[in-house]
Amino acid sequence: MAARTVLHEADISRALTRIAHEIIESNRGPDGLILVGIPTRGRYLAERLREQISRISGTEVPVGTLDVTLYRDDLGRQPVRSPQPTQMPGDVVDGATVVLVDDVLFSGRTIRAALDALGDHGRPRAVRLAVLVDRGHRELPIRPDFVGKNLPSAQSERINVRVTEVDGVDEVSIEDRA
Amino acid sequence: MTTRAFLITGARLADGRTTDIRIEAGRVTELGAGLDARGAETIDASGLIALPGLVDLHTHLREPGYEQSETVLTGTRAAAAGGFTTVFAMANTSPVADTAGVVEQELALGEAAGYARVQPIGAVTVGLQGERLAELGAMARSRAAVRVFSDDGFCVSDSRLMRRALEYVKTVDGVIAQHAQDPALTVGAQMNEGTVSAELGLTGWPAVAEESIIARDVLLAEHVGARLHVCHLSTAGSVEVLRWAKARGAQVTAEVTPHHLLLTEELVRGYDPRYKVNPPLRRQEDVDALRLAVADGTIDIVATDHAPHPVEAKECEWPAAANGMVGLESALSVVQATLVDPGHVGWSDVARILSEAPARIGRITGQGEPIAVGSTAEITLYDPSPVRPFGTDRLRGQAVNSPFIGTELPGRVVWTFHDGYPTLADGELREPDDIAAELVRA
Amino acid sequence: MRHLLSTRSLDRDAAVRLLDIAEDMADTQTREVRKLPTLRGKTVVNLFFEDSTRTRMSFEAAAKRLSADVINFSAKGSSVSKGESLKDTAQTLQAIGADAVVIRHSASGAPQTLADSGWIQAGVLNAGDGTHEHPTQALLDAFTMRRRRHGAASRGRDLDGFRVTIVGDVLHSRVARSNVWLLSTLGAEVTLVGPPTLMPLGTAAWPATIGYDLDAAVDAGPDALMMLRIQAERMNDAYFPNAREYSRLWGLDDRRLSRLPGRSIVMHPGPMNRGLEISARAADDPRSSVLEQVANGVSVRMAALYLLLSGAGEDPTS
Repeated sequence: MAARTVLHEADISRALTRIAHEIIESNRGPDGLILVGIPTRGRYLAERLREQISRISGTEVPVGTLDVTLYRDDLGRQPVRSPQPTQMPGDVVDGATVVLVDDVLFSGRTIRAALDALGDHGRPRAVRLAVLVDRGHRELPIRPDFVGKNLPSAQSERINVRVTEVDGVDEVSIEDRA
Repeated sequence: MTTRAFLITGARLADGRTTDIRIEAGRVTELGAGLDARGAETIDASGLIALPGLVDLHTHLREPGYEQSETVLTGTRAAAAGGFTTVFAMANTSPVADTAGVVEQELALGEAAGYARVQPIGAVTVGLQGERLAELGAMARSRAAVRVFSDDGFCVSDSRLMRRALEYVKTVDGVIAQHAQDPALTVGAQMNEGTVSAELGLTGWPAVAEESIIARDVLLAEHVGARLHVCHLSTAGSVEVLRWAKARGAQVTAEVTPHHLLLTEELVRGYDPRYKVNPPLRRQEDVDALRLAVADGTIDIVATDHAPHPVEAKECEWPAAANGMVGLESALSVVQATLVDPGHVGWSDVARILSEAPARIGRITGQGEPIAVGSTAEITLYDPSPVRPFGTDRLRGQAVNSPFIGTELPGRVVWTFHDGYPTLADGELREPDDIAAELVRA
Repeated sequence: MRHLLSTRSLDRDAAVRLLDIAEDMADTQTREVRKLPTLRGKTVVNLFFEDSTRTRMSFEAAAKRLSADVINFSAKGSSVSKGESLKDTAQTLQAIGADAVVIRHSASGAPQTLADSGWIQAGVLNAGDGTHEHPTQALLDAFTMRRRRHGAASRGRDLDGFRVTIVGDVLHSRVARSNVWLLSTLGAEVTLVGPPTLMPLGTAAWPATIGYDLDAAVDAGPDALMMLRIQAERMNDAYFPNAREYSRLWGLDDRRLSRLPGRSIVMHPGPMNRGLEISARAADDPRSSVLEQVANGVSVRMAALYLLLSGAGEDPTS
């Protein structure tokens, strides 16, 4: 069962740089922005976007991580998941523009859970969604605002996103599970 | 007694001899090889061991009063299925067997059922209350001719009362069968006291509560020159006390149950009330000591303490559950597994500890006699070879509270002859109507 | 996790995982909105055969903060007090559709009997059975100790080398039993102190040191000193002469408190008998974690309910 690499380190870096530009542009500058990564890998992608935005605009935007495990609607369908830490920047969610950052957008259920979880931390002015890969197959009316790469895939395929901080390498690959 | 004749061919007696056995009119009429089958139903017993019909000195039949657990009929059917031809029925019925009237009723129920001899045990004290002596003399002189007296379930803990009871039954050559349990040391007790009880948080039943009573009782029996029988001895320490008492010449006998020869307190860990029994299951060291004590004769007999309970008494929290296990159907198999197969005793010892000695302790005749020409036709034919799972299909009484369900046990009782007729025929219990016909024929 | 019946059956990783999830639960309890949707649609029954308002409230708060529906079934005044069996009660709860049963019972082993019975499919959570175990109490105690020692860096840690002394009626204490197993699994060194009459016979195999001298135990400078509640009825059963002598020999009084190191934690599972096993000053001392224990109890019980109710059937990792 061969895995085919579709994004290499340089591709990922370019995609994140482009997304950082798009975020600043659509927000008309970096003010009032918060980047919120969804564990596990979204949290490191959010951190990298923070660096890019800082490099481009000279502004340090707050970054948080938001675990959505306790908000999932599919808990009873798989083995027990351990939640991961949530660290939200204090007292800045209200009125801010929150950009949720995740590695792969698939059914949309994780993002739905993230919207619920976010609501328990405050009332943002707006919520945007940035993903490294959109692989389609949405089950909910959710659409990303910023996409690194659209990767049309079959249901039976598996998209693996690896980041250096967790996996020791930056790479996106497709694997056929059939 | 029946007029039917049977020829049992090729059976092995307890002493190892192989022989045919002719039964006629309730007696053994001929022994030897190649006997003539004239006028007799022939039973091929090759590979089977012929034991004198088994005698259980400790059975709870529950009737009168607790017929939802067992009746004399169902209990003696269980006995026949287990190879028993006599059961001594404990006194803790309702009403308690503490008068001549109740013991005679018990006797009559046994005779009417016809599956085994039911020999009533009389209560030592009125209502098992441990306060006043029951009418021991009247029970002894009744048609039931009671010789064994016991408050089993309760200990005759009052020293003065115990002394009086021992003295009093001397007149009828009776024996006090003591349930040795110091009540003050066992308030709320749920299981053996030790490492497992400490962990499970169940109130402990210390070995010393049994051993101290046995020590007191053997000294009392020696002092007044009376007979003492110790029920369901369960600890290594009790064995030591008993050994010491016998060396001193005290008239003391003792029994052990099959479950105390096989099972340990480790089984309590799952809180399954099937393993709740009084005295409780003990440690492996105790099991080992009990087996050796049977082998060297310190313990005289194996008795079942067959204690049937309805399902709801065991389908509950451990502390709320009733004490007791059924044991008639499994006794001989457990004795084989724990004593014969490991080489502690031979089949002639089995005949002694499960038939001859209990009959002698209980002072009954016509039971527990070695199979010989002229002896009563009380015979159990046992196949020691098959090892099989023990399931509820093996239980023939009313209750299913056996601790052996789901285990593998060796052996199988194939035929039981009581008073000259089969109660168990080729592994099948005979129907009550057939047994009634045998009684009419007599 | 199918059931939580005892701490004895928890291995280190399972225990640390539960404590870590309790940390996550505790984090959510500092937010403006403390309710999580996690167990929406699940039904938790608090089946209490023994009065315990504190434990029942703690479980109720835990279940409700996870959005489970809670049914409180108190045996007092119900058909149970009229002789209904555990089996009938269990089958009733099955028919109602309970997903988890939190059971408190005066009989040791009753939760296990319920779990093994086949009368009910629900997960069973032991909230204290007789003198056997009280696993969530021990878990909240361990959680409290770990937080006091490691603070925000608690996640993933155990209690390696932590020295805990448990004082009092160990014989009748389910809290002590659950703590002995759990704390030793987590690497702590456990000492039990009390009158010999209130120590179980047969503790030789326990992963704990047994002592009878509280002064020596205090002078050894334990990291945590846990005082067990002494029940009034023990005094009438010849376990010790009277309350005064018990308090003098095995109570945490002001004198002993003053000799206890500043880093030591004073713990008590509650409810306290002030002036008997613990002085008022000790109970209110900054070293006392009694109220923390109560707060942590909710987080730990949220974690336990989460582990019991969120997975699809058997979880191979726990």
